[in-house]
Amino acid sequence: MCTLKAILHDATMLLKAVKSMPELEQTKAKYLGKSGSLTAQLKSLGTMGAEEKKVAGAAINQIKAQVETLISEAKSRIASAELEATLDTESIDVTQPGRSAGVGGLHPVTRALEQIEALFATMGFAVADGPEIETDYYCFTALNTPPNHPARSMQDTFYIADSEHVLRPHTSPVQIRYMEEHKPPFRIICPGRVYRCDHDATHSPMFHQIEGLWIDEAISLADLKGTLTQFLRAFFERDDMQIRFRPSFFPFVEPGVEVDMEWENKGGKIKWLEIGGAGVVHPQVLRNGNIDPEKYSGFAFGIGLDRLAMLKYGVTDLRLFFENDIKFLSQFR
Amino acid sequence: MKVSVNWLNELVDIHLSVEELAHTLTMAGLEVEEITPVAPNFNNVVVAEVKTATTHPNADKLRVCNVDTGTGTLIQIVCGAPNVTAGICVPCALLGAKLPGLEIKQATLRGVESNGMLCSASELGLSEDQSGLLVLARDAPIGQNIRTYLDLDDVYLTLKMTPNRGDCLSMIGVARDLSAATRAALRVPAVSPTPISGTISRAIGISAPNACGRYLGRVISGVDATAITPDWMKRRLERAGFRAIAPLIDITNYVSLERGQPMHAFDQEKLFGRIDVRFARPGETINLLNEQSVSLQPNTLLISDERGPVAIAGVMGGLDSMVTRATTSIFFESAYFDADTIQGKSRLLGINSDAAYKFERGVDPEGARDAIERATQLALSICGVPETTIGPIAEAIGELPVHLPANVRPARVVRLLGMDIAVTEMIAILRRLQCNVSETSGTLSVTPPAYRFDLKIEEDFVEEIARINGYEEIPSRPPTSSLQMLRVPDGKRSRNSTRHAMVGLGYQEVINYSFTPAEWELDFAGNAKPVRVANPISSHMSVMRTNLIGGLIASLVHNLNRGEVRAKLFEIGRCFLGDITNLDTQPEILGGLVYGGRFPEQWGEGGDRGGLADFYSVKGDLEALLFGLEPRFQASAQPAMHPGRCSSILINGKKAGLLGELHPIWQQKYELAIAPIIFELDVVALSVLKAPSYLRSSRMPTVRRDIAVLVDDSVEMQALVDAVKITKLASIVDFLPFDIYRGGNVPLGKKSVAFRILMQDTDRTLVDSEADRKVSEILKVLSKEFGATLRK
Repeated sequence: MCTLKAILHDATMLLKAVKSMPELEQTKAKYLGKSGSLTAQLKSLGTMGAEEKKVAGAAINQIKAQVETLISEAKSRIASAELEATLDTESIDVTQPGRSAGVGGLHPVTRALEQIEALFATMGFAVADGPEIETDYYCFTALNTPPNHPARSMQDTFYIADSEHVLRPHTSPVQIRYMEEHKPPFRIICPGRVYRCDHDATHSPMFHQIEGLWIDEAISLADLKGTLTQFLRAFFERDDMQIRFRPSFFPFVEPGVEVDMEWENKGGKIKWLEIGGAGVVHPQVLRNGNIDPEKYSGFAFGIGLDRLAMLKYGVTDLRLFFENDIKFLSQFR
Repeated sequence: MKVSVNWLNELVDIHLSVEELAHTLTMAGLEVEEITPVAPNFNNVVVAEVKTATTHPNADKLRVCNVDTGTGTLIQIVCGAPNVTAGICVPCALLGAKLPGLEIKQATLRGVESNGMLCSASELGLSEDQSGLLVLARDAPIGQNIRTYLDLDDVYLTLKMTPNRGDCLSMIGVARDLSAATRAALRVPAVSPTPISGTISRAIGISAPNACGRYLGRVISGVDATAITPDWMKRRLERAGFRAIAPLIDITNYVSLERGQPMHAFDQEKLFGRIDVRFARPGETINLLNEQSVSLQPNTLLISDERGPVAIAGVMGGLDSMVTRATTSIFFESAYFDADTIQGKSRLLGINSDAAYKFERGVDPEGARDAIERATQLALSICGVPETTIGPIAEAIGELPVHLPANVRPARVVRLLGMDIAVTEMIAILRRLQCNVSETSGTLSVTPPAYRFDLKIEEDFVEEIARINGYEEIPSRPPTSSLQMLRVPDGKRSRNSTRHAMVGLGYQEVINYSFTPAEWELDFAGNAKPVRVANPISSHMSVMRTNLIGGLIASLVHNLNRGEVRAKLFEIGRCFLGDITNLDTQPEILGGLVYGGRFPEQWGEGGDRGGLADFYSVKGDLEALLFGLEPRFQASAQPAMHPGRCSSILINGKKAGLLGELHPIWQQKYELAIAPIIFELDVVALSVLKAPSYLRSSRMPTVRRDIAVLVDDSVEMQALVDAVKITKLASIVDFLPFDIYRGGNVPLGKKSVAFRILMQDTDRTLVDSEADRKVSEILKVLSKEFGATLRK
């Protein structure tokens, strides 16, 4: 019995101290191997009588089980130490930059446009579209501006050589095109490129407009003001934004309106900024679009998209939008 | 139009600050664009006479002057102006005067005391002229405040007139509208006729009565054309933007500025016989005042005497009959010409004329007589001499415009404005605008005054009611309507989704001009007959683009010049196909360009180490963008592209775009170190998606077999894949090249292509022998079609 106790004591000491798997295997063999001390004890049972064997066998097996537990504890201790050592060597610098395929970005004007389309969609405005080289009819005559009318000189129009066509100076021709294809009630916006013979810090020969048109029974100037007020408040995310109507003249609306928006510039100075023209659709324009002006009325507006984007993002020179400098454009990602 | 506030205050009894006045005009629809004081703030500057000017004892360029400022004592002032000399009258800033950026103090200049400063126009902020002292008239009142003497305490408002308001193109016109908008009384003095003192008159006829409603003429004999235009008139004209020329011409311009009636003064001695207002005859020409010789079109209205044209009606007078310093008798014209007749004529001739500007927009048909009387009055007082005689006014009448009454329904006014206005208020407003209003069973019958050509239909009066009532009163009403849900088709990709897909692939959006240099069309589209802009801003913006390539390359070059080394750009914009006989084809195109490394410069595989972007890397982007549309690529040619590296993109068998590497000659011409990869896609073609629809997929295991075959290098990959697909072998779910190899032990002119073959049955597991049989069937097809051999 003393021997068994001594074996256990000895094994406990050794197994708690082993540091590697090979060492563990050696130690294990010392007790449980072919010539191990516990194996020897078990072998000695053969020489004993039945009664004695029963008692001694139980004692040996108990010690053997304890040794096996010690071995398995040592094993998991060593395994976890070894894993730890490996993980240590595998560590990386997590602050090194990620591998990138590069990022792209929207142009600020289309970024603003996307938001505007979404805002108008919440009010049920569909998006319409039209050609940019337009006929004189859709650009002027159908919009109540006959040839030689002084209103034609309100915008400096680009003409296509050897042709009756022009580069549309406004998105308004889409009004007529849409009316020809659709029956009221409807409400649309039409964003797009427009062209005028003008080039300086605040004018580009090509820029963007958003046309709006709402035709229904009894649409009024007050509805126009309500719609534009809501739009500008939503776009600039300012619930106190004020807008102002001023009398103006566009041949395709009557009454005609110039729309001003209250704007606080960086110095905190508040002033009125002109953002577009609008009005109640002229009855002749409705008739040109096969709509009965006695039954239906509507409003139309044309707003400068580039101007809105400039104000929203704080861009001060319109020309930047068309220089396509990546350093500039990437600020709007 | 430039409006003097002082003058306006003479005409309307209104008491507003300049800012309030500007706001009132703006809100009445006469937008004030600019407020310009005639002179900046300064004080203590008076009219002075230089009595003596002697050389400074210690400085060659300075003079010591004794100056009379009307106080009885002469002041000593040292002056360095080159034009200072005894006897001239000049502005003198007294001690303590505050000039723009300068305060006048007593000073000693090179040992001589100076007690003030003689001023140039620039020192007073009146002009840029700093060449010398501002010399005043000899009879300028010594000691008078210069601000009073030069009428400097005035402010000019620049009004931006809309083309419908021809009635507001004069001082009286603006005053009239201001009075209606504010209810302030109008104080326009009546013009009293000058007594007729002569008998000479000139016969007038109107042969084009529909173009000329009225023509008045008067002969004034014995005038002094060498008289000097008085300063007050000169100032009002010049500050309003007219050039002061000679008194008789200045008078006609002044009447036009004051009353809006353009006039003309002919030299009576240079006219011959009867005046006729008629359209031009074939072959007629005229020399205009501006010395421009014009061949007259038959739709041009003329003033003609018995020898021929003497003026283009409503546009400009002729050179031969113009008033000169030698003129002794004049013939004043004051007429009403029809706007439609005059419209477009000055633009056609390239002339900016005050008369044409006004007639095009509509001149008061009733204003001609007052104007000619006013001009007579002014001519008599400025150019009159004892022997001056005033002839009678001759008048010819054509067809005068008739303003028909319009029916205005108060309920419709309310409906269109979205606000309640009392009918009595509507009537009051219209009457303030000089409209004739009567009410019959709830409907107003409204006739506008003769000078309002913009008031014809009901809506015109709706605007006038809103305008005078105040646009600021229009309520902001959230609109109501029956809700209607918008359709967002599942099978359609929006422009915005396409943009986001491109951004996700690493592309930066750009926006280029739709007009380009003609050279780009030639280089990148082989288009020698582009659609041209008739009036381009510059030759760089002179033709309409048929593709986006030139703009993308320009954007690239711009960025390379600014230090970028890599770019992935895209644009969505219209291109203008066709020619001037058919301009309807204007498709929206998505264009892209990739330049430099496939990846941005970075550690590891980035930058050049990751390889340069090439045809296949960009093709991969497009396959990702077009996923589900099954695009096919087909060798193709396009003038911008490398002939061996250019492909059409087909969607549903139709050409939908192009992908290629820039042609080396353009790479060289546009100075690019690497050839960019460029593509274009039709936006409509790529927006039509298949709406998803479920297909049951097999749960049986897939079997993979890899084979490598040797084929001729010229065999297209697509042909190999198609040949296998066309056999429709059962259980083949995928057949994809995964390795392509040339060189090494592959014979010259051949390539080795390794394919991955995936096989799967719908309801049972494939056994090896079946898989082997499929592979050998595939090999048989490839061998038969392309002579392919299996690589062991």
